[in-house]
Amino acid sequence: MSHTELRAAPHQHSGNDVPVIMRNVVYALLPICVFSVWQYGLSAAALILVVTLACLLAERINNFVSGTASTLSDWSAVITGILLALTLPPSFPLWMGAVAGLSAIWLGKSLFGGLGQNPFNPALIGRAFVQAAFPTAISTWVPAFSLNRFAGFIPTTLTAPFMLPPDIKHWIKLQGLDAFTGATPLARWKFENVAASAMEFLTGQVTACAGETSAILILLCGLYLAVRKFLDWRIPVAVMGSVTLLSWLFHLAQPARYPSPSFMLLSGGLMLGAWFMATDMASSPITPRGIWLYGALIGILTVMIRYFGGLTEGVMYAILIANATAPLLDQFNQPRVLGAKGSKS
Amino acid sequence: MSVPSNFDEFLDGIWKQNPIFVMVLGMCPTLAVTVSAVNAISMGLATTFVLGASCLLVSLLRHAIPKQVRIASYILIIATFVTVVDYAIQAISLDLYEALGAYIKLIVANCILLGRAEAHAAKNPPLPATFNAIGMGFGFTLGLFAIGCVREILGAGKLFGISLFGEHFQPWVVMVLPPGGFFVLAGWLIVFAAFEQYKSKRIQGVPS
Repeated sequence: MSHTELRAAPHQHSGNDVPVIMRNVVYALLPICVFSVWQYGLSAAALILVVTLACLLAERINNFVSGTASTLSDWSAVITGILLALTLPPSFPLWMGAVAGLSAIWLGKSLFGGLGQNPFNPALIGRAFVQAAFPTAISTWVPAFSLNRFAGFIPTTLTAPFMLPPDIKHWIKLQGLDAFTGATPLARWKFENVAASAMEFLTGQVTACAGETSAILILLCGLYLAVRKFLDWRIPVAVMGSVTLLSWLFHLAQPARYPSPSFMLLSGGLMLGAWFMATDMASSPITPRGIWLYGALIGILTVMIRYFGGLTEGVMYAILIANATAPLLDQFNQPRVLGAKGSKS
Repeated sequence: MSVPSNFDEFLDGIWKQNPIFVMVLGMCPTLAVTVSAVNAISMGLATTFVLGASCLLVSLLRHAIPKQVRIASYILIIATFVTVVDYAIQAISLDLYEALGAYIKLIVANCILLGRAEAHAAKNPPLPATFNAIGMGFGFTLGLFAIGCVREILGAGKLFGISLFGEHFQPWVVMVLPPGGFFVLAGWLIVFAAFEQYKSKRIQGVPS
């Protein structure tokens, strides 16, 4: 042995470094992507590809400008890209997807100092940006399992950059569906008071964003990560628990007005948000009590926005707001130091 | 060269000490009224007029104003000219007056004005003070115009109300909302910072 190296603790660890964790998250996201492509066809595949490439491009430009080594190999930009694409509607024009990807990396991550420094989930920042920039395109929905989804793109997908997406009413009529309302289950509940059944959600027979449709699949993929300890199981449990409890209370008080807890759990982006967005390691708290409070806050905010807000879906803003409170939650919930007496100083 | 010429004083505000991109002053109108290029330019010109006129008056009266009450006196002078501009814009174009809204009256609270009066006009003779003030005003106008252009082109697909890309342009709604002001301002600040860095590297001759 030629030399002795001095190193700080921990000396023995599990061997899971950032690329390993990130790569496993990508593996966990792949089934969701495949299901989304099977459901929506070529357009979903193109969207996932373009958004991910835009994220990688933004990351590479950062490396180039700041003169640092390439950080593409830590896989974090890939995750941001895939997650972002899964939260967009499948008919989203590709150029807007690219804008979302660039703003996710630049506004959400590199502005704050890169991986590990971001106070907010970058993918959600990207989605919030395009939701503010293109409110019409992001609330245009297409039916799942349309007839010729592998024969060609949805017309809006290939919109020329900076141009308005074309009207797709005519295209939807050609898909051989009798009645397509063009509204998500949450919007239908909010404006028409029609609650979709749990079975529709479990099999993905609903109108939604590219990756939000199959609750079971998301649950399984999330469980894989939880079992391998790549995400903190307490966050999704706290989110789903608080949503269930709160919506159950509302449902008990006024069953006609408020939908059942299962509807609240399975609809919209709640599953994807709880398992893959809220658990972002850089933007969630690390103290035990802080984690529970953080998850509960997301659940409560989601229910509040869905019930009383102007938007139909509240998961994105709920997670972003909770991200903002994460440092505070950590600060107020420091565990008692071993050996310290009485309440914390 | 110990005493800067009047022309140097004028250029100072446009580039070296640009109120928006270098001093980062007057952010309230910068973020609020730069939704379109026309709004930006009219706001800038109105501020330029108030700046020039009030700095001239402050400079003329600099020996007469007692130190203890100088801030109140400057504000009084500035407020007088803001009232003039307020009525003038209302008379010239009511549409513009409504578009700019309370921000015309808020020129009085713009830190560039008090800053110039306190830091420059109160210590210099009338001619350089006025040149400096007008230079600052034009620098401010340029800055507002730069932001207003980007926001109008992206937010509405137009420049000076003329459509640039035809009917099928997809407007970026966020650009005409308040966040758009922050994004575009930050973008320009990055451009300026990068330019400054490049220039200082070249001057020092550091091989990059």
